[in-house]
Amino acid sequence: MSLLQVRNASRHFGSLVAVDDVSLVIEPGELRAIIGPNGAGKTTFFNLISGFFKPTSGVILFDGKDIGALTPEQRVQSGMARTFQVTEIFPELSIADNLRIAVEVAAGLRMKVWLGAARRRAIDARVTELLEMGNLADKRDGLVGALSHGDQRAAEILMALALRPRLLMLDEPTAGMGDQETYDIARLIRRLHQKERLAMLLIEHDMRVVFNLADRITVLAQGRVLAEGTPDGIAASETVQAAYLGKAAA
Amino acid sequence: MNKAQRRAFDIAVWALLLTMPFWMRAIGGYTELATRIVVMGLAAMSLNFLLGFTGVLSFGHAAYFGLGAYGTAMAIKYLEQGTLPGMAAGVIIATIAAAIIGALIVRRRGVYFAMVTIAFGQVFYFIAFRWNVVTGGDDGLTGWHRMPIDLGLANLDIFGNDKAFYYFALVIFAICVAIMAMLLNSPFGRTLLAIRENERRARFLGIPIERHIWLSFVISCFFVSVAGALYALLNNFTDPRALRFDLSGNFVIMAVLGGMRFFWGPLIGAAIFVALQDYISSHTENWMSAIGLVFVLVVLFFPRGVLGILRGRSAE
Repeated sequence: MSLLQVRNASRHFGSLVAVDDVSLVIEPGELRAIIGPNGAGKTTFFNLISGFFKPTSGVILFDGKDIGALTPEQRVQSGMARTFQVTEIFPELSIADNLRIAVEVAAGLRMKVWLGAARRRAIDARVTELLEMGNLADKRDGLVGALSHGDQRAAEILMALALRPRLLMLDEPTAGMGDQETYDIARLIRRLHQKERLAMLLIEHDMRVVFNLADRITVLAQGRVLAEGTPDGIAASETVQAAYLGKAAA
Repeated sequence: MNKAQRRAFDIAVWALLLTMPFWMRAIGGYTELATRIVVMGLAAMSLNFLLGFTGVLSFGHAAYFGLGAYGTAMAIKYLEQGTLPGMAAGVIIATIAAAIIGALIVRRRGVYFAMVTIAFGQVFYFIAFRWNVVTGGDDGLTGWHRMPIDLGLANLDIFGNDKAFYYFALVIFAICVAIMAMLLNSPFGRTLLAIRENERRARFLGIPIERHIWLSFVISCFFVSVAGALYALLNNFTDPRALRFDLSGNFVIMAVLGGMRFFWGPLIGAAIFVALQDYISSHTENWMSAIGLVFVLVVLFFPRGVLGILRGRSAE
């Protein structure tokens, strides 16, 4: 069964149609990239899936269940996690505590006012494991707000990963990064995808990243699906090139 | 500040608190002033549970402080209860009120939340002010006093002995502060820090924000009402000023003055506030302008509060 099925989702803001009749199917373990010019509705589409907004019309199924009525928190609990275009972390806490909060919430401990020693050790171990995945173990006690942009992005991705999602949605993970940082984040994404066997949905502007990582690519333009296919197919598509070149010319 | 330094600071705070009645006189104070510092310190630390560790500003905490005070006073005066049952009555009433009001306002954010907390707080102020027959109105509730506590083997004369009442208040303070520290060091406490730091991230980790803010508000009001109950017992009296919004403002000033990001900050702030108030008000009625000046200077030059200065130095 498909992990995520979006059927004819639309979202209007007044007279603006941000997402227009979009359908999309994500299989378990798939790495899907969504690309498109600025204003194509990519982030709005993410927001519909994660529950930030409700769709004006259309149906969203996760694991075959309609999640349209669920709050963002409930969607997280059902197995999806996301990052944001502008890094959303807990700046005045250490990177270890950032991850610890995510690990504890994921373990269903958010109401606990006391932890036994065994529980604490298990959480510490998971935090360390996550830090090592992101090569951040040596910075664990530093305030996350004082880290480099790239490390902050990595921290946010690891926080989402700490929730043990089956679908991880990353909104422009390499935005505003230099070449080296972009390369590091792309490698982190690939490593996590291979290690955790989770489905990923990725909005990204850096085409090197997209074409290197994605199993399949969906192209959005003006709120609609323009094309969908393998990286090779998309690279060869004339409609896609026209959309991008047209945008660049304008 | 590392773990060892923090431990040393904790020990220093407790040592000072435990010995305060014995050196208060030497620096020009008196036992009742020491008790007032402990009580106001508890109130400010309770407020700071919400303000400093959940990131939610309430300008209405005097309402629950005052409800704790009136509840205690009325239970002792009208129901002829002992000191502890009286306190329990005050705290229960205040906590129920906080639970109901909290549920109504928890979706408000920032300045809107602060405004509605003031509004609800003033409701209780006007009830106490107008309902003369029961509350004593503007004159306050007199004709009662705290009762000695029967410990079985011995009688703790908190009424006749100032020092005994100080240590009674300090024990209550210690219990409350220990519970708050435990909560803040737990997974639940960390979800509150998460909400303070970034509400959107917290929500998308799966934390139900409104429910946790509500819990934090009720916990904070519970402890501030304990402080209010102690305050009424300290004075053997309570009046509507214990409910008024300027007292709420004073709690915020204490927290910010001492440093709201630090666990002990509000206690330090309360000590400075209460000592200045006591000293300056014996010379002039305009003591508030002096405290205001100190407050403005601290906020301008040391935005992290007095403890922020000390800890900044020790870190260098």
